[in-house]
Amino acid sequence: MPEARYRDALNRALGDAMAADPSVVLLGQDVGAFGGPFGVTRGLLSRFGDTRVRDTPISEAAIVGAAVGAAMSGLRPVVEIMFMDFVTLAMDAIVNQAAKARFMFGGAASVPMVVRLPHGGGLSAGPQHSQCLEAWFAHVPGLKVVCPATVEDSYVLLRAAIEDPDPVIFIENKALYSERGELPDHPVCAGIGHAVVHRPGRDVTVVTYGASVARAVTAAESLAAEGIEVEIVDLRSLQPWDEATVLASVARTHRLVVFHEAVESFGPGAEIAARVADAGFDELDARIVRVAAPFSPPPFAPALDQAFLPGPAQLIAGVRRVLE
Amino acid sequence: MNRGQKRVESRPADASPAAADMLGLYERMYTIRTSELRLANLFADGAAPGFLHLSVGQEAVPVGVSAALEACDTVASNHRGHGHVIARGLELDRFFLEIMGKAQGYCRGRGGSMHIADMSVGMLGANGIVGGGVPIALGSALAHQVRGNGAIAVAYFGDGALAEGALHESLNLAALWKLPLLLVCENNGWSEFSPTSAQFAAHVVDLAGAFGIGARSLDGNDVVAVAEAARSFAGELRAGQGPRLLECVTRRIRGHFEGDAQKYRPDLAAASLDTDDPLSRLSARLLGSGVQAAAIEAIERRVAAAVEAAVEAARCGEAPTFAAALADVYSPVPTHA
Ligand SMILES: Cc1ncc(C[n+]2csc(CCOP(=O)(O)OP(=O)(O)O)c2C)c(N)n1
Ligand SMILES: [Mg+2]
Repeated sequence: MPEARYRDALNRALGDAMAADPSVVLLGQDVGAFGGPFGVTRGLLSRFGDTRVRDTPISEAAIVGAAVGAAMSGLRPVVEIMFMDFVTLAMDAIVNQAAKARFMFGGAASVPMVVRLPHGGGLSAGPQHSQCLEAWFAHVPGLKVVCPATVEDSYVLLRAAIEDPDPVIFIENKALYSERGELPDHPVCAGIGHAVVHRPGRDVTVVTYGASVARAVTAAESLAAEGIEVEIVDLRSLQPWDEATVLASVARTHRLVVFHEAVESFGPGAEIAARVADAGFDELDARIVRVAAPFSPPPFAPALDQAFLPGPAQLIAGVRRVLE
Repeated sequence: MNRGQKRVESRPADASPAAADMLGLYERMYTIRTSELRLANLFADGAAPGFLHLSVGQEAVPVGVSAALEACDTVASNHRGHGHVIARGLELDRFFLEIMGKAQGYCRGRGGSMHIADMSVGMLGANGIVGGGVPIALGSALAHQVRGNGAIAVAYFGDGALAEGALHESLNLAALWKLPLLLVCENNGWSEFSPTSAQFAAHVVDLAGAFGIGARSLDGNDVVAVAEAARSFAGELRAGQGPRLLECVTRRIRGHFEGDAQKYRPDLAAASLDTDDPLSRLSARLLGSGVQAAAIEAIERRVAAAVEAAVEAARCGEAPTFAAALADVYSPVPTHA
């Protein structure tokens, strides 16, 4: 199977989408001549020209607002916000404009835009360049929220996000950009809203997404050495999220741990735990445990950053709690 | 849509406006005025719920601007948008149905006065967020430029939006990318309960000038002047000369919203239709140019009847169901097979 880095899979998805549909345009700071702050848009300016690949000034509010208007006027804009943290400056366009348009205008409007948001810590980028704010968006009716964990999913979910008639928040983990993984010549897309069992196992279900999936695999391998078999469910989409796949896994293992890099309190895991506690109540043999970042801003110093970032060790401790 | 505008469009900008064109402008202004005064009664009777921001006394701005627009153009509005949408050609029946919260309204009862929209005529929505429509019009202008369709986008905003960051960012971007964006600032002297002087340190024409955007300030209650300025700017926009800004100086006659007693306004006596009414000004001009009073009265009777019929139709509209509303949170298309 051919391999690629995450950033190259995203690059290929953007290029293929632009080649397939002339209404797809890219907007963002340094996405053109420079090739993207993380190298995701490299080569696209020379391939598609500066009408469709636009280097923007540092104007997040107007850029995302313009993407809403462009999407209502026949384009499919893909906006890159350099770090997810900076999306605070564009929240009106996303929350009050894009998310509401279809509903508020009686079903007659569509906002097919994608906002790409790099999140995640572990790089000593500090409190304003590391946050995982996905729960904010999953909380807003009208938005779809996607966060791929694998190279292949990065490609297929970005293509799906661009084709989607609704606004999609597409979250990439900065720590993954240079990692490699398999990228088939013809990747298969399960589509937005479909989770996947990333690793089967009979004892405990671990529901996770994004870069935490690989950390869960590390934990699962170490637990397997003790005879504990963890089933990893990669959500892939947070809104809508695939409740059926999660419940089916819990019906097999009867134990659930939710694992993510976003802070635990009011995080995505709270919703999943609450739904499983309700719809999956009869299947549960143990408490539901969340393993996530502590309720703190992401710190800078490597020693602090490592303590903040929930990794395999924390997940292993969480799995032991549900097996007690 | 935009009935009668082709005729206006084909006339050279410097010629004095034909009486027929001016009658068309009068009819559209009178339609806005009559509809809004009717809304004021409906509000008082409890038949028009929520916030209602009327543009009584400001009708010349959207009617003048719309005279320069083509079917392919797009418009984004603000919270005081009734005039903008009626001038753009929205039908009165569905307009009243929406504002009275009925299922058959433009937004099926989900938007109301502050969100009325009609994508089919390029009306991208009134907007409840001050300054929120400006980047949307900017993006629509970007779409026109990318698609090369010769269309322009209009952003209507009030003087209050001049203090919003998104507006400043949009001016910069529109100038940087030479977008076909017509920025229309309706300066009515007030934003909510504060005068413009307490809100904005600069002047909007200077602000536009700082970005190299061609701008003019004019009497926004002179519909003929607004139409002429808008047509000349629209021509420059269609020729690819980059954005333009029109400041239309007007007056807010009524409260910020219906029910506002306006105790805070020292200028209340001066701000009355007796001193500066764009409609009386145009009718005086029409009479002066030889149009018979009967012709004007005929328009007024026709409009009044149309508004009354629309209100009656709206009263018969059905209440929307929440199930139908829920079905429009996302597109009905299954997300990617
Ligand atoms: C972002 C935002 N802040 C505050 C408000 C509350 N608000 C509604 S209208 C308004 C005043 C707007 O004044 P202006 O833009 O001059 O329009 P006008 O009401 O005079 O037509 C304010 C502050 C809002 N709707 N949106
Ligand atoms: Mg004002």
